Amino acid sequence: MGDIIVLAISCIFVNNILLAQFLGNCPFLGTSKKMETAVGMSMAVVFVMVMAGMITWLVDNYILSTMGLDYLRTIAFILVIASLVQFVEMFLKKSIPGLYAGLGIFLPLITTNCAVMGACLINIKEEYTFLQTLVSSFSYAVGFGLALILFAGVRERVILNRVPKSLQDTSIGLVTAGLIALAFMGFKGMV
Amino acid sequence: MAKSVVQEFSKGLWAEVAPFRLVLGLCPVLAVTKTLENGVGMGLATTFVLVGSNILVSMLRNIIPSKVRIACFIVIIATFVTVVELLMQAFTYPLFLKLGIFIPLIVVNCLVLGRAEAYASKNGVVKSLADGLGMGLGFTLSLGLLGAVREVIGTGTLSLPFLYNIPVMGDGYRPFAFMVEAPGAFIALGLMLCLMNLVPKKG
Repeated sequence: MGDIIVLAISCIFVNNILLAQFLGNCPFLGTSKKMETAVGMSMAVVFVMVMAGMITWLVDNYILSTMGLDYLRTIAFILVIASLVQFVEMFLKKSIPGLYAGLGIFLPLITTNCAVMGACLINIKEEYTFLQTLVSSFSYAVGFGLALILFAGVRERVILNRVPKSLQDTSIGLVTAGLIALAFMGFKGMV
Repeated sequence: MAKSVVQEFSKGLWAEVAPFRLVLGLCPVLAVTKTLENGVGMGLATTFVLVGSNILVSMLRNIIPSKVRIACFIVIIATFVTVVELLMQAFTYPLFLKLGIFIPLIVVNCLVLGRAEAYASKNGVVKSLADGLGMGLGFTLSLGLLGAVREVIGTGTLSLPFLYNIPVMGDGYRPFAFMVEAPGAFIALGLMLCLMNLVPKKG
Protein backbone atom coordinates (compact mmCIF):
# COMPACT_ATOMS: atom_id res chain seq x y z
CA MET A 1 0.00 0.00 0.00
CA GLY A 2 2.84 2.35 0.94
CA ASP A 3 4.49 1.71 -2.42
CA ILE A 4 1.33 2.73 -4.22
CA ILE A 5 1.10 6.03 -2.35
CA VAL A 6 4.76 6.80 -3.05
CA LEU A 7 4.19 5.98 -6.72
CA ALA A 8 1.17 8.27 -6.87
CA ILE A 9 3.00 11.18 -5.22
CA SER A 10 6.04 10.76 -7.44
CA CYS A 11 3.88 10.71 -10.57
CA ILE A 12 1.85 13.77 -9.58
CA PHE A 13 4.60 16.02 -8.24
CA VAL A 14 8.16 14.81 -8.67
CA ASN A 15 7.90 13.43 -12.19
CA ASN A 16 5.09 15.75 -13.23
CA ILE A 17 4.31 14.81 -16.79
CA LEU A 18 4.18 18.39 -18.07
CA LEU A 19 6.86 20.17 -16.12
CA ALA A 20 9.44 17.46 -15.51
CA GLN A 21 8.95 15.06 -18.43
CA PHE A 22 7.88 17.58 -21.09
CA LEU A 23 4.97 15.58 -22.44
CA GLY A 24 1.78 17.19 -23.68
CA ASN A 25 3.10 20.70 -24.08
CA CYS A 26 0.95 21.58 -27.10
CA PRO A 27 -2.34 21.43 -25.15
CA PHE A 28 -0.50 22.92 -22.18
CA LEU A 29 0.13 26.11 -24.13
CA GLY A 30 -2.93 25.87 -26.35
CA THR A 31 -5.69 25.43 -23.80
CA SER A 32 -4.32 27.43 -20.89
CA LYS A 33 -5.51 30.89 -21.90
CA LYS A 34 -8.84 30.43 -20.16
CA MET A 35 -9.56 28.58 -16.94
CA GLU A 36 -12.66 27.00 -18.48
CA THR A 37 -10.82 25.28 -21.34
CA ALA A 38 -8.03 24.20 -18.99
CA VAL A 39 -10.52 22.42 -16.73
CA GLY A 40 -12.21 20.77 -19.73
CA MET A 41 -8.89 19.54 -21.10
CA SER A 42 -7.79 18.20 -17.72
CA MET A 43 -10.99 16.21 -17.29
CA ALA A 44 -10.71 14.75 -20.77
CA VAL A 45 -7.09 13.76 -20.13
CA VAL A 46 -7.89 12.03 -16.82
CA PHE A 47 -10.62 10.06 -18.49
CA VAL A 48 -8.66 8.97 -21.56
CA MET A 49 -5.28 8.45 -19.89
CA VAL A 50 -6.59 5.93 -17.35
CA MET A 51 -8.44 3.95 -20.00
CA ALA A 52 -5.54 4.10 -22.46
CA GLY A 53 -3.09 3.06 -19.74
CA MET A 54 -5.13 -0.03 -18.87
CA ILE A 55 -5.80 -1.09 -22.45
CA THR A 56 -2.27 -0.58 -23.75
CA TRP A 57 -0.90 -2.54 -20.77
CA LEU A 58 -3.21 -5.45 -21.60
CA VAL A 59 -2.36 -5.26 -25.30
CA ASP A 60 1.36 -5.15 -24.61
CA ASN A 61 1.45 -7.95 -22.04
CA TYR A 62 -1.03 -10.35 -23.56
CA ILE A 63 -0.68 -9.77 -27.30
CA LEU A 64 2.59 -8.08 -28.28
CA SER A 65 4.96 -9.65 -25.74
CA THR A 66 3.57 -13.17 -25.93
CA MET A 67 3.80 -13.16 -29.71
CA GLY A 68 7.20 -11.47 -29.87
CA LEU A 69 5.87 -8.45 -31.73
CA ASP A 70 7.53 -5.79 -29.56
CA TYR A 71 8.66 -3.80 -32.56
CA LEU A 72 5.02 -3.11 -33.47
CA ARG A 73 4.44 -1.35 -30.14
CA THR A 74 4.41 2.19 -31.55
CA ILE A 75 1.87 1.39 -34.25
CA ALA A 76 -0.29 -0.71 -31.94
CA PHE A 77 -0.41 1.92 -29.21
CA ILE A 78 -1.31 4.81 -31.45
CA LEU A 79 -4.09 2.75 -33.03
CA VAL A 80 -5.40 1.73 -29.61
CA ILE A 81 -5.40 5.35 -28.42
CA ALA A 82 -6.97 6.73 -31.61
CA SER A 83 -9.76 4.18 -31.64
CA LEU A 84 -10.27 4.51 -27.89
CA VAL A 85 -10.75 8.25 -28.22
CA GLN A 86 -13.22 7.72 -31.05
CA PHE A 87 -15.11 5.12 -29.05
CA VAL A 88 -15.21 7.21 -25.88
CA GLU A 89 -16.50 10.12 -27.92
CA MET A 90 -19.36 8.10 -29.39
CA PHE A 91 -20.20 6.55 -26.02
CA LEU A 92 -20.31 9.87 -24.21
CA LYS A 93 -22.33 11.52 -26.96
CA LYS A 94 -25.00 8.83 -26.61
CA SER A 95 -24.99 8.15 -22.87
CA ILE A 96 -23.67 11.21 -20.99
CA PRO A 97 -24.37 14.21 -23.27
CA GLY A 98 -23.64 16.65 -20.43
CA LEU A 99 -20.05 15.47 -20.02
CA TYR A 100 -19.66 15.26 -23.79
CA ALA A 101 -20.68 18.89 -24.21
CA GLY A 102 -18.32 19.86 -21.39
CA LEU A 103 -15.32 18.18 -22.96
CA GLY A 104 -16.16 19.47 -26.43
CA ILE A 105 -13.31 19.78 -28.88
CA PHE A 106 -10.70 18.53 -26.41
CA LEU A 107 -11.71 14.92 -26.67
CA PRO A 108 -10.70 14.39 -30.34
CA LEU A 109 -7.57 16.48 -29.79
CA ILE A 110 -6.31 14.02 -27.21
CA THR A 111 -5.35 11.55 -29.94
CA THR A 112 -2.29 13.64 -30.68
CA ASN A 113 -1.59 14.52 -27.05
CA CYS A 114 1.79 12.98 -26.45
CA ALA A 115 1.14 12.88 -22.69
CA VAL A 116 -1.29 10.00 -23.17
CA MET A 117 1.00 7.98 -25.40
CA GLY A 118 4.00 8.96 -23.29
CA ALA A 119 2.40 7.74 -20.05
CA CYS A 120 1.52 4.42 -21.71
CA LEU A 121 5.11 3.99 -22.94
CA ILE A 122 6.54 4.86 -19.52
CA ASN A 123 4.28 2.27 -17.88
CA ILE A 124 5.64 -0.40 -20.20
CA LYS A 125 9.24 0.75 -19.89
CA GLU A 126 9.14 0.69 -16.09
CA GLU A 127 7.58 -2.78 -16.20
CA TYR A 128 4.73 -1.84 -13.88
CA THR A 129 2.12 -4.37 -12.81
CA PHE A 130 -1.49 -3.78 -13.76
CA LEU A 131 -2.32 -2.09 -10.44
CA GLN A 132 0.75 0.15 -10.66
CA THR A 133 -0.19 1.05 -14.23
CA LEU A 134 -3.65 2.05 -13.07
CA VAL A 135 -2.27 4.21 -10.26
CA SER A 136 0.47 5.82 -12.31
CA SER A 137 -1.83 6.62 -15.26
CA PHE A 138 -4.33 8.26 -12.94
CA SER A 139 -1.61 10.16 -11.08
CA TYR A 140 0.07 11.37 -14.25
CA ALA A 141 -3.30 12.65 -15.44
CA VAL A 142 -3.95 14.37 -12.12
CA GLY A 143 -0.49 15.95 -12.31
CA PHE A 144 -1.25 17.12 -15.84
CA GLY A 145 -4.51 18.69 -14.65
CA LEU A 146 -2.85 20.29 -11.64
CA ALA A 147 -0.09 21.90 -13.69
CA LEU A 148 -2.47 22.99 -16.45
CA ILE A 149 -4.97 24.60 -14.07
CA LEU A 150 -2.23 26.35 -12.06
CA PHE A 151 -0.71 27.63 -15.30
CA ALA A 152 -4.09 28.84 -16.60
CA GLY A 153 -4.61 30.74 -13.36
CA VAL A 154 -1.27 32.51 -13.70
CA ARG A 155 -1.81 33.18 -17.38
CA GLU A 156 -5.17 34.85 -16.80
CA ARG A 157 -3.35 37.30 -14.57
CA VAL A 158 -0.51 37.84 -17.05
CA ILE A 159 -2.97 38.89 -19.75
CA LEU A 160 -4.05 41.83 -17.59
CA ASN A 161 -0.52 43.20 -17.45
CA ARG A 162 1.35 45.18 -20.05
CA VAL A 163 3.85 42.86 -21.69
CA PRO A 164 6.44 44.07 -24.24
CA LYS A 165 5.23 43.37 -27.77
CA SER A 166 7.90 40.87 -28.73
CA LEU A 167 7.34 38.89 -25.54
CA GLN A 168 3.58 38.64 -25.91
CA ASP A 169 1.49 35.48 -25.94
CA THR A 170 3.47 32.26 -26.35
CA SER A 171 6.78 33.80 -25.44
CA ILE A 172 5.75 35.09 -22.01
CA GLY A 173 3.71 31.91 -21.62
CA LEU A 174 6.86 29.81 -21.92
CA VAL A 175 8.76 31.95 -19.45
CA THR A 176 5.85 31.66 -17.02
CA ALA A 177 5.85 27.90 -17.49
CA GLY A 178 9.56 27.91 -16.74
CA LEU A 179 8.96 29.67 -13.43
CA ILE A 180 6.23 27.17 -12.50
CA ALA A 181 8.59 24.33 -13.44
CA LEU A 182 11.16 25.92 -11.14
CA ALA A 183 8.63 25.73 -8.31
CA PHE A 184 7.93 22.10 -9.12
CA MET A 185 11.66 21.35 -8.97
CA GLY A 186 11.27 21.92 -5.24
CA PHE A 187 9.45 18.60 -5.03
CA LYS A 188 12.59 16.76 -6.14
CA GLY A 189 14.02 14.61 -3.43
CA MET A 190 10.64 14.34 -1.74
CA VAL A 191 10.30 10.69 -2.73
CA MET B 1 7.89 24.80 -61.16
CA ALA B 2 11.54 24.74 -60.20
CA LYS B 3 11.23 28.04 -58.39
CA SER B 4 8.18 27.03 -56.41
CA VAL B 5 9.87 23.84 -55.24
CA VAL B 6 12.71 25.95 -53.89
CA GLN B 7 10.18 28.19 -52.18
CA GLU B 8 8.45 25.23 -50.56
CA PHE B 9 11.81 24.09 -49.28
CA SER B 10 13.02 27.42 -47.96
CA LYS B 11 9.83 28.48 -46.19
CA GLY B 12 10.42 25.74 -43.62
CA LEU B 13 13.82 27.18 -42.80
CA TRP B 14 12.74 30.65 -41.79
CA ALA B 15 9.28 32.02 -42.57
CA GLU B 16 7.41 29.07 -41.08
CA VAL B 17 10.12 27.41 -39.03
CA ALA B 18 8.05 24.98 -37.01
CA PRO B 19 8.88 25.35 -33.32
CA PHE B 20 9.05 29.14 -33.37
CA ARG B 21 6.58 30.37 -35.96
CA LEU B 22 3.92 27.68 -35.78
CA VAL B 23 4.58 26.57 -32.17
CA LEU B 24 4.04 22.95 -33.17
CA GLY B 25 5.80 19.87 -31.89
CA LEU B 26 7.07 21.47 -28.71
CA CYS B 27 7.49 18.39 -26.55
CA PRO B 28 10.66 17.05 -28.18
CA VAL B 29 11.91 20.63 -28.56
CA LEU B 30 11.85 21.09 -24.81
CA ALA B 31 12.71 17.59 -23.71
CA VAL B 32 15.69 16.47 -25.76
CA THR B 33 17.60 19.73 -26.20
CA LYS B 34 19.87 19.27 -23.21
CA THR B 35 22.80 19.06 -25.62
CA LEU B 36 23.50 20.00 -29.21
CA GLU B 37 24.01 16.37 -30.16
CA ASN B 38 20.64 15.24 -28.78
CA GLY B 39 18.88 18.13 -30.49
CA VAL B 40 20.39 17.43 -33.89
CA GLY B 41 19.82 13.68 -33.59
CA MET B 42 16.17 14.16 -32.73
CA GLY B 43 15.80 16.72 -35.52
CA LEU B 44 17.24 14.36 -38.13
CA ALA B 45 15.03 11.49 -36.97
CA THR B 46 11.99 13.75 -37.27
CA THR B 47 13.13 14.93 -40.70
CA PHE B 48 13.32 11.35 -41.90
CA VAL B 49 9.78 10.64 -40.72
CA LEU B 50 8.50 13.92 -42.11
CA VAL B 51 9.98 13.36 -45.58
CA GLY B 52 8.90 9.71 -45.72
CA SER B 53 5.36 10.33 -44.58
CA ASN B 54 4.95 13.39 -46.80
CA ILE B 55 6.02 11.41 -49.89
CA LEU B 56 3.77 8.45 -49.12
CA VAL B 57 0.75 10.56 -48.16
CA SER B 58 1.17 12.62 -51.30
CA MET B 59 1.38 9.49 -53.47
CA LEU B 60 -1.72 7.99 -51.88
CA ARG B 61 -3.72 11.20 -51.61
CA ASN B 62 -6.19 10.25 -54.35
CA ILE B 63 -6.73 6.75 -52.97
CA ILE B 64 -7.29 7.46 -49.28
CA PRO B 65 -10.98 8.16 -48.58
CA SER B 66 -11.30 11.56 -46.93
CA LYS B 67 -13.39 10.27 -44.02
CA VAL B 68 -10.69 7.99 -42.63
CA ARG B 69 -7.71 10.04 -43.78
CA ILE B 70 -6.44 10.94 -40.30
CA ALA B 71 -6.31 7.29 -39.29
CA CYS B 72 -4.50 6.41 -42.53
CA PHE B 73 -1.99 9.23 -42.01
CA ILE B 74 -1.27 8.05 -38.48
CA VAL B 75 -0.60 4.50 -39.65
CA ILE B 76 1.77 5.78 -42.36
CA ILE B 77 3.59 7.99 -39.86
CA ALA B 78 3.79 5.21 -37.28
CA THR B 79 5.36 2.94 -39.89
CA PHE B 80 8.13 5.42 -40.62
CA VAL B 81 8.67 6.02 -36.91
CA THR B 82 9.13 2.28 -36.40
CA VAL B 83 11.65 2.26 -39.24
CA VAL B 84 13.65 5.11 -37.77
CA GLU B 85 13.46 3.54 -34.30
CA LEU B 86 14.92 0.27 -35.54
CA LEU B 87 17.59 2.06 -37.62
CA MET B 88 18.73 4.13 -34.66
CA GLN B 89 18.78 1.10 -32.41
CA ALA B 90 21.05 -0.60 -34.94
CA PHE B 91 23.42 2.22 -35.87
CA THR B 92 23.40 4.95 -33.20
CA TYR B 93 22.68 3.01 -30.03
CA PRO B 94 23.99 5.58 -27.47
CA LEU B 95 21.82 8.30 -29.00
CA PHE B 96 18.88 5.89 -29.09
CA LEU B 97 19.24 5.38 -25.34
CA LYS B 98 19.51 9.12 -24.64
CA LEU B 99 16.41 10.04 -26.64
CA GLY B 100 14.44 7.19 -25.04
CA ILE B 101 10.68 7.36 -25.36
CA PHE B 102 10.85 10.50 -27.46
CA ILE B 103 11.62 8.45 -30.58
CA PRO B 104 8.33 6.50 -30.54
CA LEU B 105 6.65 9.77 -29.58
CA ILE B 106 7.49 11.26 -32.99
CA VAL B 107 4.18 9.59 -33.95
CA VAL B 108 2.24 12.11 -31.92
CA ASN B 109 4.39 15.09 -32.91
CA CYS B 110 1.69 17.39 -34.25
CA LEU B 111 4.17 18.85 -36.76
CA VAL B 112 4.32 15.60 -38.74
CA LEU B 113 0.56 15.03 -38.82
CA GLY B 114 0.05 18.73 -39.46
CA ARG B 115 2.20 18.69 -42.61
CA ALA B 116 0.55 15.50 -43.87
CA GLU B 117 -2.91 16.99 -43.42
CA ALA B 118 -2.23 20.58 -44.42
CA TYR B 119 0.26 20.07 -47.22
CA ALA B 120 1.04 16.58 -48.51
CA SER B 121 -2.61 15.56 -48.89
CA LYS B 122 -3.16 18.45 -51.31
CA ASN B 123 0.09 18.66 -53.29
CA GLY B 124 2.26 16.57 -55.61
CA VAL B 125 5.11 14.29 -54.63
CA VAL B 126 8.04 16.59 -55.49
CA LYS B 127 6.58 19.58 -53.69
CA SER B 128 5.68 17.49 -50.66
CA LEU B 129 9.22 16.16 -50.53
CA ALA B 130 10.59 19.71 -50.62
CA ASP B 131 8.13 20.78 -47.94
CA GLY B 132 8.98 17.86 -45.69
CA LEU B 133 12.72 18.35 -46.13
CA GLY B 134 12.52 22.11 -45.48
CA MET B 135 10.31 21.75 -42.43
CA GLY B 136 12.47 18.95 -41.10
CA LEU B 137 15.73 20.85 -41.52
CA GLY B 138 14.18 23.96 -39.98
CA PHE B 139 13.13 21.80 -37.05
CA THR B 140 16.63 20.32 -36.81
CA LEU B 141 18.25 23.76 -36.85
CA SER B 142 15.94 25.07 -34.14
CA LEU B 143 16.56 22.04 -31.96
CA GLY B 144 20.31 22.29 -32.53
CA LEU B 145 20.34 25.99 -31.70
CA LEU B 146 18.33 25.57 -28.53
CA GLY B 147 20.45 22.57 -27.56
CA ALA B 148 23.66 24.49 -28.14
CA VAL B 149 22.51 27.48 -26.08
CA ARG B 150 21.36 25.32 -23.18
CA GLU B 151 24.46 23.15 -23.27
CA VAL B 152 26.94 26.02 -23.36
CA ILE B 153 25.26 27.88 -20.51
CA GLY B 154 24.36 24.78 -18.53
CA THR B 155 27.61 22.83 -18.73
CA GLY B 156 30.18 25.14 -20.31
CA THR B 157 31.02 22.67 -23.08
CA LEU B 158 29.64 21.92 -26.52
CA SER B 159 29.25 18.39 -27.85
CA LEU B 160 29.81 18.34 -31.59
CA PRO B 161 27.45 15.76 -33.07
CA PHE B 162 29.03 12.31 -33.11
CA LEU B 163 32.53 13.73 -32.34
CA TYR B 164 33.76 15.03 -28.99
CA ASN B 165 33.07 17.72 -26.40
CA ILE B 166 34.80 21.07 -26.73
CA PRO B 167 35.09 23.45 -23.80
CA VAL B 168 33.64 26.83 -24.70
CA MET B 169 33.56 28.84 -21.52
CA GLY B 170 37.02 28.04 -20.20
CA ASP B 171 38.03 26.62 -16.83
CA GLY B 172 36.89 29.47 -14.62
CA TYR B 173 33.25 29.12 -15.70
CA ARG B 174 30.83 27.78 -13.14
CA PRO B 175 28.07 25.92 -15.00
CA PHE B 176 24.60 27.33 -14.62
CA ALA B 177 23.05 23.89 -14.14
CA PHE B 178 19.50 25.13 -14.08
CA MET B 179 19.64 25.58 -17.87
CA VAL B 180 19.85 21.84 -18.53
CA GLU B 181 16.99 21.17 -16.11
CA ALA B 182 13.32 21.48 -16.98
CA PRO B 183 12.76 25.18 -16.17
CA GLY B 184 15.71 26.25 -18.29
CA ALA B 185 14.12 24.66 -21.35
CA PHE B 186 10.93 26.68 -21.00
CA ILE B 187 12.70 29.93 -20.28
CA ALA B 188 15.34 29.54 -23.01
CA LEU B 189 12.67 28.74 -25.61
CA GLY B 190 10.49 31.64 -24.44
CA LEU B 191 13.35 34.10 -24.74
CA MET B 192 14.40 32.75 -28.14
CA LEU B 193 10.82 33.16 -29.33
CA CYS B 194 11.01 36.75 -28.12
CA LEU B 195 14.19 37.32 -30.15
CA MET B 196 12.54 35.77 -33.21
CA ASN B 197 9.64 38.20 -32.82
CA LEU B 198 12.04 41.14 -32.83
CA VAL B 199 13.21 40.21 -36.33
CA PRO B 200 10.59 41.01 -38.97
CA LYS B 201 9.20 38.15 -41.05
CA LYS B 202 10.39 37.78 -44.62
CA GLY B 203 9.70 35.34 -47.45
